[in-house]
Amino acid sequence: MDFQVIGANIAKIMSQYWRVFLLEGLSVTLELTFISVLLGVVLGTVVAMLKMSRFKLIRFLVSVYVEVIRGTPILLQLYIFVFALPGLVTFVKLNYFTWTAIALCINSSAYVSEVIRSGIQAVDRGQTEAARSLGLSSGQTMLRIVLPQAVKNILPALGNEFIMMLKETSLASTFFVGDLMTSYATVRGTTYLGFECLVIVGCIYLCITYPLSKLVGLMEKRMSGDTSYRKRNINRKRKLLNKM
Amino acid sequence: MEMIKTVDLHKSFGQLHVLKGVSETVSKGEVVSIIGPSGGGKSTFLRCLNLLERPEKGQIFFEGNEITDKKGNIDLHRQKMGMVFQHFNVFPHLTVAQNITLAPVLLKKKNQADADKMAKELLQRVGLLDKYDEMPATLSGGQKQRLAIVRALAMEPDVMLFDEPTSALDPEMVGEVLDVIKGLVRTGMTSVIVTHEMRFAREVSDRVLFMADGIIVEQGTPEQVFDHPRQPRLQDFLAKVL
Repeated sequence: MDFQVIGANIAKIMSQYWRVFLLEGLSVTLELTFISVLLGVVLGTVVAMLKMSRFKLIRFLVSVYVEVIRGTPILLQLYIFVFALPGLVTFVKLNYFTWTAIALCINSSAYVSEVIRSGIQAVDRGQTEAARSLGLSSGQTMLRIVLPQAVKNILPALGNEFIMMLKETSLASTFFVGDLMTSYATVRGTTYLGFECLVIVGCIYLCITYPLSKLVGLMEKRMSGDTSYRKRNINRKRKLLNKM
Repeated sequence: MEMIKTVDLHKSFGQLHVLKGVSETVSKGEVVSIIGPSGGGKSTFLRCLNLLERPEKGQIFFEGNEITDKKGNIDLHRQKMGMVFQHFNVFPHLTVAQNITLAPVLLKKKNQADADKMAKELLQRVGLLDKYDEMPATLSGGQKQRLAIVRALAMEPDVMLFDEPTSALDPEMVGEVLDVIKGLVRTGMTSVIVTHEMRFAREVSDRVLFMADGIIVEQGTPEQVFDHPRQPRLQDFLAKVL
């Protein structure tokens, strides 16, 4: 294998097809990821709340939902949503992209719900007891005491979920939805330079995921060592006030 | 006047029968200490009083209202029952001042300005005024517990419930917390105190309850309980702890 040739090929492919990779592929990948994580968080929050419901039947149904989704491959779920479901619900007319997005949302919601639930349950029970003993309602306790503390458990994990999802959208290329992996297939089809295309696409994924995972790491650090960070912030605010 | 009255309280955790029929009355202005061996039901009894634990059987009356009645709004009763926990349970994401003002402001008992003023006074009273803007993580255990006490006082409760308030403290910090409680008791605050500090219980209490195996085995004035125990179970217990 001649690295000089490969390097030259990569440069040539990029100069000719960068639009396909970056403007089409990457933007569709990011779009899919944002949609599925964002709606996944909304749906996942609902699922998490239901899983902590007082009613046994609801808890049971929700845990079946979570277990089925977490226990089956995401590719299988994509097949079901893209190939099987449109045949079953013929009155709904959606394109491949939308069905893929729905499948990814639902997949994401199951993981996110567990992240949120465990984040909430990791908050010391004593916090709830103290708030309730002051006369706060369960809703006020959740909103003002538990959730603000749970966020520091939840946010870094959601960042990881975003990174996972970004990579898993590549499976949607099975249906040529136009994501980054689809653009790989497109460019390889015209240039017949499979390896070079893979290297390019891999580098683009890395360029996104690596800074993101660094960011998540930073977030984790800040949120676990919360006191020093907050204190610094408060002091900064105080200094600003003094100046005014 | 009766402040709290319980009638035949029963509570189990799974197979474990923790309270086996506790009937007791706490009068207004009275200071009641509860002593006894671990697992005897002291804390469970105290936590039943503001329904942090819901008894399976029996009734609890607070200022004449039955709070075990499911139709009542327990949150309103809890506003008048302050509670202090073994592990402080101060809110780590709020400043010291916010810990105090959150509940009174949220529950519309005070506006923010009045609550801030009250927070200053309360912190002054327990020697924590210089911590006003700090985060609780910067406080020592004793300071956290003093904060927890004034947080409860900020709701201007009619009764204070103390659940082993010094058990999680380093020995050198026990005194400062007990002093705050003593000062509070002297103002006439009705208090129920679960404690392992026998000397303290003797000093501050009007009445001492000895609980073991889910019932009140013996009760009386501190002198009766500590100097002239009648039940062998209590004599045994005192021989071990004194």
